[in-house]
Amino acid sequence: MIRLEKRLNPSAVLTTITPAIAVLLTMVMGGAMFAILGKPPLEAIRIIFWDPLFDPTFASYSRPQLLVKAGPLILIAIGLSFGFRAGIWNIGAEGQYIIGAICGAAVALALYPLESRLIFPLMVLAGALGGWIWAMIPALLRTRFKTNEILVSLMLVYVAESFLASVSQGLLKNPEGMGFPGSRNLRQYDSAHNAELISGSGMHWGVVVAFISVIFAYILLTQHLRGFQIRLTGEAPKAAEFAGIKPSRLVIFCLGFSGILAGMAGLFEVSGPAGQITTDFNSGYGFTAIIVAFLGRLNPWGILAAGLLMALTYIGGELAQLMLGVPGASIQLFQGMLLFFLLATDLFINYRIRFGKGK
Amino acid sequence: MDLSSINPILLLASLMVSATPILLAAIGEVVVERSGVLNLGVEGLMITGAVIGFAVAVNTSSPGIGFICAALAAALLSLSFAVLTQIFLSNQVATGLGLTLVGLGLSALIGKPYEGMKSPSLDKLDLPLLSDLPVLGPLLFSHDAMVYISVIIVIAVAYTLKRTRVGLILRAVGENHHAAHALGYKVIRIRILAIMFGGACSGLGGAYLSLVRVPQWTEGMTAGAGWIALAIVVFGSWRPWRVLIGAYLFGGVTVLQLNLQAAGAAIPVEYLSMSPYLITIAVLVFISAKGNQGAPGSLGRAFHASS
Amino acid sequence: MTDVLMEIRGLSKSYPGVVANDDVSFDIGQHEIHALLGENGAGKSTLVKMIYGLVRPDQGAMTLNGQAFAPSEPKVARSQGVGMVFQHFSLFDALNVGENIALGMESILPQRDLAQRIREVSQAYGLPLDPNRIVGSLSAGERQRVEIIRCLLQNPKLLIMDEPTSVLTPQEVQTLFATLRKLKSEGTSILYISHKLEEIRSLCDTATILRRGKKVAGCTPSDTSAAALAEMMVGASFKAPQKKQHELGKTRLSVKALTLAGNGSGKSPISDLSFEIAAGEILGIGGIAGNGQEELLAALSGEALSAPQMCQLNGENIGHLGPNARRTLGLLCAPEERLGHAAAPNMSLIENALLTGALRKKLIKNGFLNWSSAEKFAKTIIDEFDVRTPGTANTAASLSGGNLQKFVIGREVLQDPDVLVVNQPTWGVDAAAAAAIRQSLLDLAAKGAAILIISQDLDELIEISDRFCALYEGRLSQIKKTAGLTIEDIGLMMGSATAEATP
Repeated sequence: MIRLEKRLNPSAVLTTITPAIAVLLTMVMGGAMFAILGKPPLEAIRIIFWDPLFDPTFASYSRPQLLVKAGPLILIAIGLSFGFRAGIWNIGAEGQYIIGAICGAAVALALYPLESRLIFPLMVLAGALGGWIWAMIPALLRTRFKTNEILVSLMLVYVAESFLASVSQGLLKNPEGMGFPGSRNLRQYDSAHNAELISGSGMHWGVVVAFISVIFAYILLTQHLRGFQIRLTGEAPKAAEFAGIKPSRLVIFCLGFSGILAGMAGLFEVSGPAGQITTDFNSGYGFTAIIVAFLGRLNPWGILAAGLLMALTYIGGELAQLMLGVPGASIQLFQGMLLFFLLATDLFINYRIRFGKGK
Repeated sequence: MDLSSINPILLLASLMVSATPILLAAIGEVVVERSGVLNLGVEGLMITGAVIGFAVAVNTSSPGIGFICAALAAALLSLSFAVLTQIFLSNQVATGLGLTLVGLGLSALIGKPYEGMKSPSLDKLDLPLLSDLPVLGPLLFSHDAMVYISVIIVIAVAYTLKRTRVGLILRAVGENHHAAHALGYKVIRIRILAIMFGGACSGLGGAYLSLVRVPQWTEGMTAGAGWIALAIVVFGSWRPWRVLIGAYLFGGVTVLQLNLQAAGAAIPVEYLSMSPYLITIAVLVFISAKGNQGAPGSLGRAFHASS
Repeated sequence: MTDVLMEIRGLSKSYPGVVANDDVSFDIGQHEIHALLGENGAGKSTLVKMIYGLVRPDQGAMTLNGQAFAPSEPKVARSQGVGMVFQHFSLFDALNVGENIALGMESILPQRDLAQRIREVSQAYGLPLDPNRIVGSLSAGERQRVEIIRCLLQNPKLLIMDEPTSVLTPQEVQTLFATLRKLKSEGTSILYISHKLEEIRSLCDTATILRRGKKVAGCTPSDTSAAALAEMMVGASFKAPQKKQHELGKTRLSVKALTLAGNGSGKSPISDLSFEIAAGEILGIGGIAGNGQEELLAALSGEALSAPQMCQLNGENIGHLGPNARRTLGLLCAPEERLGHAAAPNMSLIENALLTGALRKKLIKNGFLNWSSAEKFAKTIIDEFDVRTPGTANTAASLSGGNLQKFVIGREVLQDPDVLVVNQPTWGVDAAAAAAIRQSLLDLAAKGAAILIISQDLDELIEISDRFCALYEGRLSQIKKTAGLTIEDIGLMMGSATAEATP
């Protein structure tokens, strides 16, 4: 009979190598899946993981895309990771992202055609505020009425999407857009444009802020009382109460923090790579970021690596679509499998397998 | 605005059709959550059911076989979730979201060759006498078989939970898995079976979308129906009949606002499309503010037998 | 046809590091209410778990009505006629009485028939129950009825009851006794585990007394005085208190009519507690678990708030303050549950040192944590309290019970509290570590702190406290000076069947 026995101390060795094992297993499984569908497995894996970075034909296009896609994922995931550690589940980051983008863009469009160095920082602030407000709704509903934040934050995503459709065809519509839906293109509005800081690198302010947030999160988590409180609440809620931590304060902090970051990510995206407020400028980053957070094991550096890995799979997926005719959405299968394998291998960090009878 | 263009009878009839996929997924999830497990992967299970149901129906020219295979495929996929959460003790939220991703990706992959095709669909039943009744005929008795099957499933689940020993044990496991274990019940086995049942139901719901409601296969066609189903479970306080009402209500609001949009209503389209979600939030708040939510006591918590 | 229902011969059971039962033998007769007496840790629960099939004995044998009896699991024991009502109920709050009973039974009865039988049986035994009531809405006494009826419906020959009256009001106790007497007259024997000496004397026919895993005596309770019973239970081996007599200072902690509302889940709330502890004094509160100890600690630590004037520290009202405010003012606590409450199991000792020591040891500056100071603090605790562990980075869960307890106590002691409240300081701790902990508490008092020790270990309380009282059903008995206290006094204070109002 096989039993699971808890380890006294989590295995440090396994904590480091399980992500690598999970990636390997995913490649194997994914390759097998491609083979079943009649696509060459090894070539497919190479196209997804290797070519975007190193293939002479594509790399120059896809490498900057890496940062473009990783930036928002990392930024949002960092925000989510705090709440997740404490059992506060913000599933609606996509909604906070959208509202942040709308608020930030609204500020820019209201000030158009003024040119000033202050406009962009103001937009960032507005984006952060928008995301914060949208996240406060589930936060307050949870602290006042004990309403489950998973469902509320999720429903608010749909509300945000409807709101987005409304403003892109109404309030924020481009008066010179010849009737097409969508706002003015912010890329053409210099003060509002979130441009590439280093040409050809894909690095815009959003990416910079994402990297800063990783460092900020690391410091907060390891050196600050707040981070300690969050970790403690997730590990041992009774001990957290004993240590004097008030759960409602933590809910407001974690949801607020993730709302701010998601809102900023939305703003950076809409004023940079996306360019304008349209009905569908949002590309699901808010949801993918949840996966990135778990893949990174809720650890800032892990999230940095996971964000880059996920971005790689997105680009690789697009490449595979181009080269092999594989549907782009199938890359989600890869991402899901990666998460599954990581969750499965995680068991062995805390538990040992024992053979034989118990009791 | 031309309200006269809205036919109330057709409206109510289309309400049932609109609600059926969500109802199927929701009633399956009720069983899962009553056993104490939170499965956020309903969306992934539905879309898997949609693609498998469609593919099989096209290949066998039989929608019935399509439905059956959809249920089986989704149940099999949900087994991966079951193994991870019950045996590998993984976090249920993370695993559920992973399941959604796997489902979405897998279905996109499998469904690629089937895009643009038409599949055999379910005919509307023509029940003797009943279908010819003046108002109730088109309203209640002229739907396709699956609508009735979904209601039958609700009745079966309600009866099983309330009146059979199997249902009692399931509820006990969901309320207090430690006490259930102390009394000798196999918690993990029961939960795995519940998860698979929920998977099968979600598969049926998804297949209904691709075979009847739309009917076609497109990537990502469930468009959040799985999440709505999850909300409806809470909305209905984990009780089968209330979940039915919730699904029909949601279906009703959806269909109503679509009709209002078509009739050129004065309210901007976007606010109408927001309404079902806002109403859901309002009801969720109301239920949780009242206090006794009725959530199963062990919902979402991993069970590890400690002797 | 013998007179004996169950024979128990030489039953022994050991766990790593502890001998739970050592060669226990006795008989339970037909038509008999048989008491099983002993302090906590005496081996009563392990013994009945073996009888009920939850645990396999290492040695020994049992017979039931002359046939060999060795159940492999509770199901088997139930099918052979042994039922058990546990101290901690296995009930489902959201389900009704009928459903709860059905879940605990082997044979499946149709719902309506079961409801009928429940009504009949519960009426017949004076414990009326409505099968349709939701268990969550029942009082503790009514919940126990559900457990009892669940057993009775299976027609047991032997009914084991574990501390049945710990959750009952005096009225309910009388009802229960009437039921048990009726059962006895109808042919069911009862094995009755309890501390309550007066109850046992009035209800039980015979008694077996366990101490430290061995059977030390068998007797007829009605012929034995409570004092004699207490003596046999507790043993007359008290060490004379080895404390230095010192001057008592001013009152540090003052508790006035402290009352907490209950949360309806079977735990006793605390009501109308009043006591004072002076600087340099140790007050011991004894009592069996489940009588309000956890709630008292929560009320003092600040995890549960009360009216401001119900708790006073150095003259200041603190009842409304949270844990950290109280820590700053000098009131520290060590809860009973080491892993999960006093310490976070999967976090390191450094982090656990920070958990309560952050304020008084100045480990936080402007919100930032000073890890090197925290590590120094953890190291100091480990060194001064002889905590055996490879290092400060090890998790709390990796420590043995004794070592973790030394760490937890040491953490609070080294913060120089004005008042220290400890719940079960040496529970599950080996003798050497226990002695060290007790000595450190004595030393702390000698330095001028006021200490409150809540414990189930009477030896310990007598050894180190200056004054003593007992907590029973959320109320305190009279507080008496420990010196000159007789065993009889203690036994009676702890086992009184009626609550005494504090003077």
